[in-house]
Amino acid sequence: MLDILVSGLLLSGTYALVAMGLNLQYGVARIMNLANGEVLVLGALAAFWLYTTSQVSPLLTVVLVAPVSFAGNWLIYRYLLKPLVRRSKSQGALEVDSILATFGMSFIIIGVMVSIEGGFFAYKYLSEPISIIGSTTSLNRLVAFGVAVLIGGGLYLWLNHTRAGVAVRAVSVSTEASGLVGINVPRVSALAFALGGAITAVGGALISTFITLDASIGVVFTMKALIIVIMGGVGEIRGAIVAAAILGLVETAVATLIDPGLTLAAAYLIFVLILLFRPQGLFGRRAL
Amino acid sequence: MKPSGWLELLIAAALVVLAAFVPMFANGYWLSIAVTGMMYIALSTSWALFSGPTHYISLATGAFFGVGGYMVGTMMSDYQLSFWVPLIVAPLVAAALALLIGIATLRLSGVYFVIFTLGLAEMIRNLISWIQNNFLGSRGLYVLTDFRDHHLYWMLLGVAGVIYLLGWIVNRSRIGFALRIIGNDETVARHVGINTATAKVIMFTTTGFFAALVGAIIAPRWSYIEPNQVFSPQLSFLVVIMALLGGAGRLWGPLVGVIPFTIIWEWVGVQFPNQSTLFLGLAFLLIVYVLPNGVVGRIEQLRDRIGEGRS
Amino acid sequence: MKHRPVLQVQGVTKRFGGLVAVNDMSFDVANHEMVGVIGPNGSGKTTMMNMISGAFKPTAGRISLKGRRLSDMPAQKIAREGVGRTFQLVRLLPGLNVLENVMAGAVFGHRRRWGREAEDFALEMLDRVGLEVVAAAPVSALTYIDQKRVELARVLAGEPEVLLLDEWLAGLNPTELETGIELIHALRDEGRTVVLVEHVMDAIRALCDRCVVMSAGRKIAEGSPDDVLSDREVIRAYLGDDDD
Repeated sequence: MLDILVSGLLLSGTYALVAMGLNLQYGVARIMNLANGEVLVLGALAAFWLYTTSQVSPLLTVVLVAPVSFAGNWLIYRYLLKPLVRRSKSQGALEVDSILATFGMSFIIIGVMVSIEGGFFAYKYLSEPISIIGSTTSLNRLVAFGVAVLIGGGLYLWLNHTRAGVAVRAVSVSTEASGLVGINVPRVSALAFALGGAITAVGGALISTFITLDASIGVVFTMKALIIVIMGGVGEIRGAIVAAAILGLVETAVATLIDPGLTLAAAYLIFVLILLFRPQGLFGRRAL
Repeated sequence: MKPSGWLELLIAAALVVLAAFVPMFANGYWLSIAVTGMMYIALSTSWALFSGPTHYISLATGAFFGVGGYMVGTMMSDYQLSFWVPLIVAPLVAAALALLIGIATLRLSGVYFVIFTLGLAEMIRNLISWIQNNFLGSRGLYVLTDFRDHHLYWMLLGVAGVIYLLGWIVNRSRIGFALRIIGNDETVARHVGINTATAKVIMFTTTGFFAALVGAIIAPRWSYIEPNQVFSPQLSFLVVIMALLGGAGRLWGPLVGVIPFTIIWEWVGVQFPNQSTLFLGLAFLLIVYVLPNGVVGRIEQLRDRIGEGRS
Repeated sequence: MKHRPVLQVQGVTKRFGGLVAVNDMSFDVANHEMVGVIGPNGSGKTTMMNMISGAFKPTAGRISLKGRRLSDMPAQKIAREGVGRTFQLVRLLPGLNVLENVMAGAVFGHRRRWGREAEDFALEMLDRVGLEVVAAAPVSALTYIDQKRVELARVLAGEPEVLLLDEWLAGLNPTELETGIELIHALRDEGRTVVLVEHVMDAIRALCDRCVVMSAGRKIAEGSPDDVLSDREVIRAYLGDDDD
């Protein structure tokens, strides 16, 4: 029981981080990015590849992956998504377009990853057991959790205590009003999208230290991140943390007590309950 | 409503009759492609009945298709029932599933719906694998029938014809008009008195029914059914691409997309077996950036421009 | 008959989080009456309209049409019960032509028609607002006032018992405004029951039997247009206090 609690909470750290990334992309840039999971797996692939070929520590990879993913996502937003934002006549039309375009991107990323590594991204890093408060878990989970908390906390402080962070939050509340008070909305949107992508890829590199991924698993993580964002409420960082904890705990419980193959089914169960009883999210004020 | 309506139906009927002769001329490889093509014609035409007018991108096709295929497998293999029993039961089960999904998601904005259908096939596959491993024992599901490719082809052609006829009727009915209004502006739709959730749920349930029917019909092709094979998320995406490539705004639009795409897809599968996912991604980008209204939309646009030039 | 209210708003309140947009509003609309809801920007008029038409649910209070409670119904049910509305920023269906836009009202509204009958009635309503010639045109080809006409025809095609016009005259140029006022005046002469939110004071004087004045979510005055427009509190609400 304690084992479930500990590993569930440790897992939820990275989940919360990844959901923060998606929140920036959907809540601020207003792009429903269904390639989110693939960006995550790309981060994982980078960690795996650098570790197995040149013994680069995944923690160092995190530092490398962040700027690369930031740049990549910025380019994607600038050259592929912004034209869609511009041509769309309504939020609905933009949603359909961005969903289809990001599907395209997700398949292209999968295609590229498969040609690099078709099998599982399996490697061992800090996998020695460690015992905390009477429960045994592996060191890599603890380290990943710590790094996730560090980055997530940094992001939270940045959003709340810097000029740029406040601009990002303003755009998430209202693009129109932000434009009126002199915020450069297109720039902030691009920044949020790129930052969201960077965080997602970092989350992927962290997850890869304790979960074995493969090129086509991205969609599962997209689903989980979306469920967390919906459960927490769009744009709600605290909501996302609580939601990630719930998902992490439920998944770990299901995986330990019933079957590891049912984690996605467990996530769906939570999703259905949210849709039926609280579509605006646990803490949210507006529905999607 | 439109005078060309009956003509359209007549042409469709003539095409169905012509298509029925294909197995006389094609065999082996080409007949097998024809079966695949007919399967996609049925699936994407039915997909477009709901997603065309409403612009709700459904990715549930693979899940319903899988229900069809899997139920044929389990009912024939585990319960020794005739092929015809699951052929009737599976579409009803899928329709019930679609109804529940529709009730849960279609009252809300379209994003929830897309997200929900996105992982659906994967989730059902996990669930069924688990049930099979823990309760039914993994005995393997054999589908042994006397059907050959041309039988499957004719059955699929029949289903495609029925879907087309249904679409033709829907386009001339209140619900078809309601769905078009919903796709244009859901708020207005509600305020003119349309029960938007009901209209969407009814049509989505219909597409679920047909996807499972197609999945059931095609099952004998594999003779051995595995959940991993029938619950294919990729199928959902292929159906979306083919329908949108042709143009989901017209009843015959998906047809225009399916025929070339099936052939190209086969070719890619043979020539570049490892790059097929990449190709899928490029096809999506092609649709969004080059053909947002499909080939049919582009043709109509050109025709309008020529028409304007003349007048 | 004249004195029995068709539409009743009783003690209606709407809160958005901590913000009270509409606070304890009550008013009646009698049969064949044209009632104006006026007030400064942000006073809650459109929110009030949105609650009557079912776009929002009231936090408290009761709205009823001929004694039937509307305030628990979804928008589509309210439309069928007989409340038709236009939108503050005109909302047409861009993928449908002019006739189809109007047919949307005829097919799904309060009185439901289908086929030939719906088409004929829609044409009649287009004629009613003066637009018959362009029935087959795409709506993108229309001028702003013509778009507003199409929207009005769509609402009329549903034959509502009560018509809600949310700033229908806003954004029209002076000539169009005259045409617009004439059109609504003609509706009044037909004996339709109308609630209109309006900023154009000339229109209110010319059209309304009665006015309800809102300020900061509350009703601050009610009466004939001339009376309320000379009321001191109303003037203060519009022009502000000294320190404003």
